[in-house]
Amino acid sequence: MNGLEDLPAWAALLVAFLLLLGSGLTLLGTIGLARFKTFYERVHAPTLGTTGGAGAILIASMLFFSVLQSRPVLHEVLITVFVVVTTPVTLMLLARAAIYRDRTEGTGGASGLPGDEGVNDGEHTGRE
Amino acid sequence: MSRFLPYPLLTASLLVMWLLLNSVSLGHILLGSIIAIAASWAMAALQPDKPRIRNWHLIPVLIGKVLVDIFRSNVAVSGLILKGDRARRTPGFVVIPLTLRDRTALAILACIITATPGTAWVEYHADNGRLLIHVLDLVDRDAWIELIQTRYERLLREIFE
Repeated sequence: MNGLEDLPAWAALLVAFLLLLGSGLTLLGTIGLARFKTFYERVHAPTLGTTGGAGAILIASMLFFSVLQSRPVLHEVLITVFVVVTTPVTLMLLARAAIYRDRTEGTGGASGLPGDEGVNDGEHTGRE
Repeated sequence: MSRFLPYPLLTASLLVMWLLLNSVSLGHILLGSIIAIAASWAMAALQPDKPRIRNWHLIPVLIGKVLVDIFRSNVAVSGLILKGDRARRTPGFVVIPLTLRDRTALAILACIITATPGTAWVEYHADNGRLLIHVLDLVDRDAWIELIQTRYERLLREIFE
């Protein structure tokens, strides 16, 4: 790391705080992934890493390089955009595979699937 | 104009992306524009639906709301993970009837629901407009339906329909 000593103290503190926050959130997400019991609960935990975790680390990166190079460095925005746009694709694939399994087996989370009837029968007719 | 620039929004986004990845200079603006226009012609050959944005001024409102919600649910889900099994969680599914039909708007809603920790988009039935989502801490089912419908769906409909 060259030029690190040129970084003013306020920026260094802020960058360090954001990096810790981001990595902490990502760590929490992985702990949640291990701790939660069912598939549908587990799906939620890594979202901490893709939103708060990635967000804080990317803001830290933007701040660090912008202050160091004395010009706005913003291409991290692109990473954010691509993460946000691509996560739903994998999530939907996984969630739909899981729900298909539960419906065909009629087991597992099937007791916790009120949405199953809700989507397919005429019970929830929506707004009139 | 529309023949030359079939997808002005796409062309502009590609140019911005090119400039972010390289540096802002006259040469890169020219090169980026050429590439962006060529790419939008290629896109036109695929003939996708063209999103129509009716209310540009509401987009920052939407982004603001989403950022606030992402922050709040990050805090909420972190709390749930830290408490672990000591806290009583009530995960569950919610069926949300949607009147939103615009495909781009639905795609954006999917990104929003997925990007907020604690809610996950599971399934959408295009024929009856019912969306199935999974909520990590489901306290009040009707409150969630109300939340998605008034907070996001109405705004997305104002922007796109």
